[in-house]
Amino acid sequence: MVDEPWRRRRGFDRFDWCFCGIILGLLAIGVLTIYSVTAERPGTRMPLYVKQAIWIGVGTLAFLVVSRIDYHKLARWSYLLYGFALLLLVVVLFGGKSSHGAQRWIAVGPLAFQPAEFAKIPILLVLAVYYSTQTRRGWWYRVIVPALITLPGFFLILRQPDLGSSLSFLSIYVTLMLVVGVKSRALGVVMLSALMLFPFVWSELWSSLHEYQKERILSFVDPDYDPEGRGYQGMQSRIAVGSGQLIGKGFHSGTQTRFKFLPEGHTDFIFAVLAEEWGFLGGVLFVSLFLALLLMGLEIAARAKDSLGALLAIGLVGMLTFNMAVNVGMTIGLAPIVGIPLPLLSYGGSATIMTMTALGLLFSVKRERLLSLP
Amino acid sequence: MKPAMTDPGFHSTGLADVQGRLLLIRVVVLIIVGLLVVRLWQLQVRDGDYYRNLSRDNRTRSVVLHPVRGSIYDRNGILLANSVPSFNLYVELGDVPDREALTGKLVELLSLDRSELTKTMNAHVGGAPVRLKKGVSLKEAAIVESYRLDLPGVAIRPEFQRNNPEGAYAAHVLGYVGVASEEQLAHEAFQGLPTGSVIGQYGVERSYEQALQGRAGRKLIEVDALGHEKRVISVDKPHVGNDVYLTIDFRLQKLAEDLLGEEAGAIVALDPQTGAILTLASRPSFDPNALSHGLRAAVWNDILQDKRHPLTNRAIQGQYPPGSTFKIIMAAAALETHTIELTEAVRCGGRFRFGRRTFRDWKRYGHGAVDLHKAMAQSCDVYFYRIGHRLGVDTIAAYAKQFGLGERTGVELPSERTGLIPSSEWKQRTRGEPWYPGETISVSIGQGFVTVTPLQMANVIGMIANNGMAFQPHVVRGVRGRTGEWIEERSPAEALHLTLPARQLEAIQASLAAVVTEGTAQRAESSMVQVAGKTGTAQVVSLRSESEEDTPKQFRDHAWFVAYAPFEHPSIAVAVLLEHMGHGGSSAAPLAKELIEAHVSYGVDDHERPQASLAWPSDTMMQRETRRGG
Repeated sequence: MVDEPWRRRRGFDRFDWCFCGIILGLLAIGVLTIYSVTAERPGTRMPLYVKQAIWIGVGTLAFLVVSRIDYHKLARWSYLLYGFALLLLVVVLFGGKSSHGAQRWIAVGPLAFQPAEFAKIPILLVLAVYYSTQTRRGWWYRVIVPALITLPGFFLILRQPDLGSSLSFLSIYVTLMLVVGVKSRALGVVMLSALMLFPFVWSELWSSLHEYQKERILSFVDPDYDPEGRGYQGMQSRIAVGSGQLIGKGFHSGTQTRFKFLPEGHTDFIFAVLAEEWGFLGGVLFVSLFLALLLMGLEIAARAKDSLGALLAIGLVGMLTFNMAVNVGMTIGLAPIVGIPLPLLSYGGSATIMTMTALGLLFSVKRERLLSLP
Repeated sequence: MKPAMTDPGFHSTGLADVQGRLLLIRVVVLIIVGLLVVRLWQLQVRDGDYYRNLSRDNRTRSVVLHPVRGSIYDRNGILLANSVPSFNLYVELGDVPDREALTGKLVELLSLDRSELTKTMNAHVGGAPVRLKKGVSLKEAAIVESYRLDLPGVAIRPEFQRNNPEGAYAAHVLGYVGVASEEQLAHEAFQGLPTGSVIGQYGVERSYEQALQGRAGRKLIEVDALGHEKRVISVDKPHVGNDVYLTIDFRLQKLAEDLLGEEAGAIVALDPQTGAILTLASRPSFDPNALSHGLRAAVWNDILQDKRHPLTNRAIQGQYPPGSTFKIIMAAAALETHTIELTEAVRCGGRFRFGRRTFRDWKRYGHGAVDLHKAMAQSCDVYFYRIGHRLGVDTIAAYAKQFGLGERTGVELPSERTGLIPSSEWKQRTRGEPWYPGETISVSIGQGFVTVTPLQMANVIGMIANNGMAFQPHVVRGVRGRTGEWIEERSPAEALHLTLPARQLEAIQASLAAVVTEGTAQRAESSMVQVAGKTGTAQVVSLRSESEEDTPKQFRDHAWFVAYAPFEHPSIAVAVLLEHMGHGGSSAAPLAKELIEAHVSYGVDDHERPQASLAWPSDTMMQRETRRGG
């Protein structure tokens, strides 16, 4: 399907249909799963799955709008957008709404959003622009300068504190840096020096973490050490996934999250619910859909008109891969529990709209290529 | 702001470079996704069964449903102990992620004592839920319910609490209950009893534990992560315990305890024709409610260290010298062995010389010439010194054994004591010394080494009343199921039998009647009913002061009075013991009289007798008929 030459046509071709179908499929899985977890939850005026559907509606709008815009025009504004994003991140540190011991939200009227999520698009634009203009100029310009651009945002998000978002933010830089920033020999040097620097950065990084964040990381080191304490979430999450077995317990029949053994079943641990209720088959279906989305993103990069478009696509695919891998990884005990939402599935307005916007950007890259053909 | 528009020259080279690396990225993405799928396969397919079981255990929990303990009634159906519902606060420690936080919350919401909470939680071992507070009020229960989410693992459970509506009355008979200790649960008798079970710790509650306990049930429930019940999966209902009916007549019991009042002592009354104990009073007493509800360590210590020993059941655990009441045994021994004849008189000059020692009579100048009748009525010591000397300690011991002294009566109450009947063999065995004949003289009037319990003495006087036969003393009439059917019913069991011929026994009976009509216990004489009895004054220390008032209370004599009534058709045998109250005739006898009069005024009820008389051996019947005929 992806190897078929793109036909010059107005409207959607087969690739587009597949691409949008996969996105909608993943979104639908998300809404269904949120429904399964939260249907019986009393109290809120509007059920969470309805809210999520509304966010998806807004996200779809953003997707359509952004996909119509030439990404070069957006790139022109990238540094300004990034500056604005940093400003919002500063604002959230001082005037943000806090919950669970972290300040992550800025309230606008009755709504609240997370600047950390929206900061990912400017950084993607900025880094894509930077690398597309600064190729082949020595490691200082290819590694250190973009790192200096990225770190303010990274630290501001970490300070909220929001370890997951800050790592996700960082993943864009790391992806682009590894893909275009370094030659393979230099890559080894960077990896090595990163490892060597790690102990020095570690204590600083460690002490800046909140108690629960430290515990989450510690529990990753030895999850069976104390099922009631630190490893509790990880253990309960693995029980949820494992108990789904091959075909799952059935829709709305997962006991782990419905009886609250596993908290955050509609956000960070949504994959555990999916895997518990739909089993190995459901889990593989999800991962396959996501894989198809990622490969299609890379296909768009391969056929991008210019390096800016390709880098945008690669950066986005890198971030999506990172988010998905860490989220699913922490659910199944492969990664520490850091609180990264599962793209397109987890409940949350900011993340959903951000992801949809980014996918719109990706679509714009594909569209530009199409339009630029003679 | 840096220029965003890029030089086309860079584009082409950059793009080619970037796109050259796409294959690598694809491989990385595929490897990551592959890893995830492999891990999913491990968890869900390879180890799926294991995790399925874990998830099942996670959400299901087996809850013990404690049975309702049976009630205890007196012989007339007066309720003495039952179980009333109460709300208790429990915590399942396995569901508590943070004990500190929970403790803080409980202190804040229910104003519980922090240190005590911490102690209770930390002291707990094993998996059963811990009870944090008993008797939670409805208001407190409402608070706990509304803060459910902040109180993981905490639950209010309706449970039954032991209740003694009559308070401290009959406390020693009823006993109290308490949560079974680890050691008790390990014991064979309590095998299979769930942790946290409440069992009888004392009295009938303890000795009839099996009947009262019932059977615990279990409930399998589905719980959420906070340990709160979501759904009941299956229920194995608990079985209610059976009810125990006592032989105690609570009206008499209450009267007896009121008669004792603040004094230390015991009153035992039994039906000599069945062995049914009507009254088993011991003072000072305790409130079983306070003990059953679980005491704080400090209060418990106070009770244990109380010098008056309220937990001691003096009726079966108090061992006192019998004093002159022992003369009943002496008389029986002397008459049967023909050591002395009924009509044979002994001169009493107020003293009895034995070797270099002089044993004095309680009456300074003596009673003059006394035969058995007069010796009993006046409680002449010298007469009994003489026959005791002739009998020797081992013969006396043998007869005391016939009366059941020196051995447990076998009443169904825990920790009964034996008392002591000395013999030469006993002294050699325990002290490594021979028996000195002089010691026999003291034994003759129930002093020296001799000790008895009030219940034993009630049994002794009951044997005389019942023409030489004693039935097994018992406090439990039977056990009934919830529907009222008798599950276990006691019929009188013959326990002891005197070899004394009827004629001599009748002489002793007559002399005991004379004790009341013309002797030392004239204060027990009743206008309602003819009473026969024997007083006793048990010396606590050998020092004998001229005036009772001069002697400090703890050195004063114990007062005894044993009696039965009505003389012709005895239905009650009484033993009264008052610690440090001086003469039996003046202090103990009036109490016995009041009790007997009350008993007679209530009318004789005989639950056990109709069946009992059929079961009696024919010769006993004959004997009884003969005596009544005469």
